[in-house]
Amino acid sequence: MVPALFVGFSALLLVSALLVVLHRNPVTSALFLVVAFCALAGIYILMHAEFIGMVQIIVYAGAIMVLFLFVIMYLNLGADPERGAAIVMRRLVGWLAGAIVVAQAVLLLAGRWAIGPAGPPLDPSVGNTQALGVLLYSKFLFPFEITSLVLLVAMVGAIVISKGRGGKPNSSPDPSPEATFMGAGDARVSPMLRPGDSITPAASIAPAGEESP
Amino acid sequence: MREYLPILMFIVVGIGFAAVTLGLSAIIVPRRLSARKLAPYECGVEPMGTARQRIDIKFYLVAVLFILFDIEAVFLYPWAVAFRQLGLYGLVEMILFIVILLVGYVYLLQKKALDWNASQ
Amino acid sequence: MSVWDRLSAWFLGLPLVHPAAVWLKAHPDPAFVILTLLKIVFILFVFLTVVSYLVWAERKICGRMQGRFGPNRVGIFGLLQPLADVVKLLFKEESMPGSVNKVIFSIAPGLAIVPALVSFSVVPVGPGLAVTDVNVGLLVFLAMSSIGVYAVVLGGWASNNKYALIGGLRSAAQMISYELAMGISTIGVILLVGSLSMVEIVKAQAGWIHVFGLPLPGWFVFTQPVAFLIFMITAFAETNRTPFDLPEAESELVAGFHTEYSSMKFGLFFLGEYSNIITICAIAVTLFLGGWTWPWHWLPESLQFIWFFVKLAVLVFVFIWARWTLPRFRYDQLMDLGWKVLLPVSLGWVVLTAVVVYMRMPR
Repeated sequence: MVPALFVGFSALLLVSALLVVLHRNPVTSALFLVVAFCALAGIYILMHAEFIGMVQIIVYAGAIMVLFLFVIMYLNLGADPERGAAIVMRRLVGWLAGAIVVAQAVLLLAGRWAIGPAGPPLDPSVGNTQALGVLLYSKFLFPFEITSLVLLVAMVGAIVISKGRGGKPNSSPDPSPEATFMGAGDARVSPMLRPGDSITPAASIAPAGEESP
Repeated sequence: MREYLPILMFIVVGIGFAAVTLGLSAIIVPRRLSARKLAPYECGVEPMGTARQRIDIKFYLVAVLFILFDIEAVFLYPWAVAFRQLGLYGLVEMILFIVILLVGYVYLLQKKALDWNASQ
Repeated sequence: MSVWDRLSAWFLGLPLVHPAAVWLKAHPDPAFVILTLLKIVFILFVFLTVVSYLVWAERKICGRMQGRFGPNRVGIFGLLQPLADVVKLLFKEESMPGSVNKVIFSIAPGLAIVPALVSFSVVPVGPGLAVTDVNVGLLVFLAMSSIGVYAVVLGGWASNNKYALIGGLRSAAQMISYELAMGISTIGVILLVGSLSMVEIVKAQAGWIHVFGLPLPGWFVFTQPVAFLIFMITAFAETNRTPFDLPEAESELVAGFHTEYSSMKFGLFFLGEYSNIITICAIAVTLFLGGWTWPWHWLPESLQFIWFFVKLAVLVFVFIWARWTLPRFRYDQLMDLGWKVLLPVSLGWVVLTAVVVYMRMPR
């Protein structure tokens, strides 16, 4: 049973991960990444790491991918904005990252850091959540407290990116004057547009997605 | 491990239910298409432009802050489950963790990052 | 011994001679799968019936609150109305605008219904009457509710309609904002129980407790009143119900993210919304109202699921009541409430609970 499920989840993971890269529509890619994360969660559960599996779905599939979707919709890129050297650079970095991952996999499979035998069975009523909690908050206390600082830095970073340094807004990636933003209006005035606002789409922004004519 | 199989089966059955319902309706619903019906709904007015526009950066900010606090919440779960084993030690370190994040929260309030209508 | 165990024991004890039965008795794994499948199909059937009668109840109660009768033409008291609605939805013409992203447009309604159904798999209706009892049961519910965001944001985006897009975006931002407070509000309960298993959480609420000398049932609503309040407020926001139905604020956004949906695709969104109400109320009953427990022994164990449904009905009634009583929030007020009130209050409540639990810990 378990090997069959493992093969199933792994196949789902690989196929959806490939589709993330190969699909042309960024929103569909994001959706396949959600599927990939869920498949990974399944594999974690097969490895008796049920807490990690659930957190995988809550944090990655439920939170980080929502951010990805918002970013895709914020940028709304029809065509690739990068040209020439930037694309070559990007591909280079991509291949390099891929090579590092492959090298790590080879090292792992070569047995150097292979996973040892399973530990002693845990109390099934609490499972590895409690074991993880006890370890995390005693032995790995320092990394845990450091995490809070990392989160703090991320919080400040998010504000700086989205609001600008001196309280002034950062320029958008494509600051064309006629660009309009959905949902930008003051909620007290109207749901989406103030009187006199235009809803004509920016000429410079091509509609995204495969359904553009 | 066995106890997780029903959840997987429930997911499969749920997807099957949705697929069968949508498939059934795809077979039996009538379709009499016309150019008017194919237009997006805009309260009876001729649709203007496209809805594929760029969205406000506020949504990005909400999503980022959600991730950060969600991670914090995720740390709380194993702590709450193991609280009785950890005792005072666990209590103090979690209060420390929350206080550090509270600093960030106060910063967010100061920067009006949590005010939906704050002028950008 | 639960009904399920009895059923499977009965089946395994049958003097069956059919080769299939003999094979199943010899192979416990496939037998487990088949029994679970039957269980799931049964629960799905009950669940969907309850959901369709929730729609009926809502229309009936709404009618009464507005001095009308509500549906009363199809069957006595309009009891066959849900059936008529389903038939109508199935035969309605489907109009899909030409500019939608067809694949995502069709997947989104499925994403609305599946998470709500799956979260119900960890809810223990009665003693032993859960589809499954996993030791991260509460996290299964939270994971599923975090997946539920995709239905609205993708449905809104794929429609290529401005109302739908804004409705979907607002809804997504609202759901993730309130999900935080919802997740954190459950931590107080976990601190008291020390487990994430739903069955353990219910068992911990059996019997009586004394709060300042006052005898009360052991339900966590009495020891965690603030957490219960926050959970219920966020439950309204998570299900996009009034007073938090901004995503589909009719006067501004037509029907929000499902403006372009019709026929059974709309039907699935509709079903998903009401399934979410049932699921989230069931979770609230499990976490705060003691699940199937009742302070007095009025019913034998095999009938205690009735208490679960009684409590569920009360909470669902509160949902309907609120819809026809409260006006809608403004979007900035909604975000303010989520981020500036519910989030810090729920965190503060967690710290307070932890301190109290520590003080009462035997040393």
